[in-house]
Amino acid sequence: MDLFEYQARDLFAKHGVPVLAGEVIDTPEAAREATEKLGGKSVVKAQVKVGGRGKAGGVKLAGDADEAVARATDILGMDIKGHTVHKVMIAELSPEIEAEYYVSYLLDRTNRTFLAMASVQGGMDIEEVAEKTPEALAKVPVDSNSGVDIVKAREIVAQAKFPADVAEGVAEALVTLWETFVAEDALLVEVNPLVKTKDGRILALDGKVSLDENADFRQPEHEALEDKDAANPLEAAAKAKNLNYVKLDGEVGIIGNGAGLVMSTLDVVAYAGENHGNVKPANFLDIGGGASAEVMANGLEIILGDPDVKSVFVNVFGGITACDEVANGIVQALALLESKGEKVEKPLVVRLDGNNAELGRKILSDANHPLVQRVDTMDGAADKAAELAAAAK
Amino acid sequence: MAIFLTKDSKVIVQGMTGATGMKHTKLMLGDGTNIVGGVNPRKAGTSVDFDGTEVPVFGSVAEAMEKTGANVSVLFVPPAFSKAAVVEAIDAEIPLAVVITEGIAVHDSAAFWAYANEKGNKTRIIGPNCPGLITPGQSNAGIIPGDITKPGRIGLVSKSGTLTYQMMYELRDIGFSSAVGIGGDPVIGTTHIDALAAFEADPDTDLIVMIGEIGGDAEERAADFIKANVTKPVVGYVAGFTAPEGKTMGHAGAIVSGSSGTAQAKKEALEAAGVKVGKTPTETAKLAREILGA
Repeated sequence: MDLFEYQARDLFAKHGVPVLAGEVIDTPEAAREATEKLGGKSVVKAQVKVGGRGKAGGVKLAGDADEAVARATDILGMDIKGHTVHKVMIAELSPEIEAEYYVSYLLDRTNRTFLAMASVQGGMDIEEVAEKTPEALAKVPVDSNSGVDIVKAREIVAQAKFPADVAEGVAEALVTLWETFVAEDALLVEVNPLVKTKDGRILALDGKVSLDENADFRQPEHEALEDKDAANPLEAAAKAKNLNYVKLDGEVGIIGNGAGLVMSTLDVVAYAGENHGNVKPANFLDIGGGASAEVMANGLEIILGDPDVKSVFVNVFGGITACDEVANGIVQALALLESKGEKVEKPLVVRLDGNNAELGRKILSDANHPLVQRVDTMDGAADKAAELAAAAK
Repeated sequence: MAIFLTKDSKVIVQGMTGATGMKHTKLMLGDGTNIVGGVNPRKAGTSVDFDGTEVPVFGSVAEAMEKTGANVSVLFVPPAFSKAAVVEAIDAEIPLAVVITEGIAVHDSAAFWAYANEKGNKTRIIGPNCPGLITPGQSNAGIIPGDITKPGRIGLVSKSGTLTYQMMYELRDIGFSSAVGIGGDPVIGTTHIDALAAFEADPDTDLIVMIGEIGGDAEERAADFIKANVTKPVVGYVAGFTAPEGKTMGHAGAIVSGSSGTAQAKKEALEAAGVKVGKTPTETAKLAREILGA
């Protein structure tokens, strides 16, 4: 889960990373009080989870409270690269900046370890720095169990060649940033820029944090950080039912079991769509191992409720799951939806293979539901589902 | 022969007495796995009856190894307790730990991986978030259905569970030496490369099928490894061509970030290493058949 800048700022502050004061608001008028609290001057910063907001006009200085209200009025509702601004942060004005740096911690998947990255060329896109001047970006492996203490932090600072006058300040910031990374179960903590001010302070002026949702069991406070406004309504509904669902922009609804098989199903449908009016998968939905009637009904309900969906492809390989249970699940799910008064009008193509496939297929044939078609190979079923979606488009 | 797991493997189950552990211990026994014990400190000294097979419960991995000579542990421990359970397996120096558990926090898996390294990697870790591995006709350590296929000469390594099953099913008439599900998490113990190296060295494997998916660069590195070290034919499949950037596709590790981790890049890297890559699982199976002349 990626956080907004203000949420990252709050987590930094909680763990002692030096930040400026800031308050998030969602109405222009609230900018007045927030600015007055900061002594009458502020920076109005759009809160969007995308880079380049400064260039897009999403960061403005306000010399007084009236101006803050005016700038907040301009920025709230603004569209930045497809992201609507619903919140702005009213931040303390930074003291004059002498230098901008970059520091982050993240997972290095290749080496299966954590990595510290640091550069004295901050303030710009770090991917650009990595590409154009890779020597300016220090990458230092961090052992998960020993972590970053002041000694390790000094090593990172030395490798990134920070000037002597800021070395200790940056090292201290790196220790607190590591504490944030570990205590919050983050996958990424990034400060860009980390600045040196004219009065000699080291400050985290902007940051990015991404949290590991697998750690939610020990991070009860993280749920409140979720951006419920931005979630696609179908994704939000699926999440409420514990379904692993991602909305995509095509027409063929997909239900399958197992993440890899569902990903593969999306691809196979997209290939089939090339022969059928370029229809594409409408979603990713993995109903997992169990695939009970209830889970199937929940999944079907989400997918049939998606107005973009023109046909549905249920692709199940029965491993531990038995296909007869899945077939019963489909039949019961349709009955359940119809009994709830929901009209099921979209055609379903079902492919069952593996454990008890014959039994499962027989259940579907016997049920003889007018909207359900059985196709027994994955490629063949994908083709049929694409054809039906194209015909209904 | 096979890789990592044979009929001689003595298997214990950490978390055997939980619902998932019970279900799959029964299935593994049904596939002929030599299960010599379960581990649960609160139930040490008891035993569990699986249709007439009494499996003793031990208080620790070390005790189970000492009393039974176990050399493989399969873990069905809930995510919150997985790190401690894997660390226990590492401390006991059991040669193979198969971590089935899904949903382990990355800071936990990174920690037990770092710990395994520190202890000299005496324990091979497979997973987490994986279906385990099977050597058909000999032993099954995990949740791969034992009846999809039979013993044969194909080696399979895959990030995904159900795609493993699908591929085993497509090629069920030819059969498999071993099939290894390595898992789709960002940090995994056994990589494609580890399995490729083992299959290359296994005299009972004639062809290797490798299944990858979006995210990370494991497939690209596997391609480099194949080019330099693998003489046996390799057939590949990569899932996730249509996955959009920035959206996690089910597996915690399956995400395209910017230009990295795309299925296209992985396919190209594999093809450049001489791997034949299928567009769909069925087409991939066909490529394997053509090479084997079966």
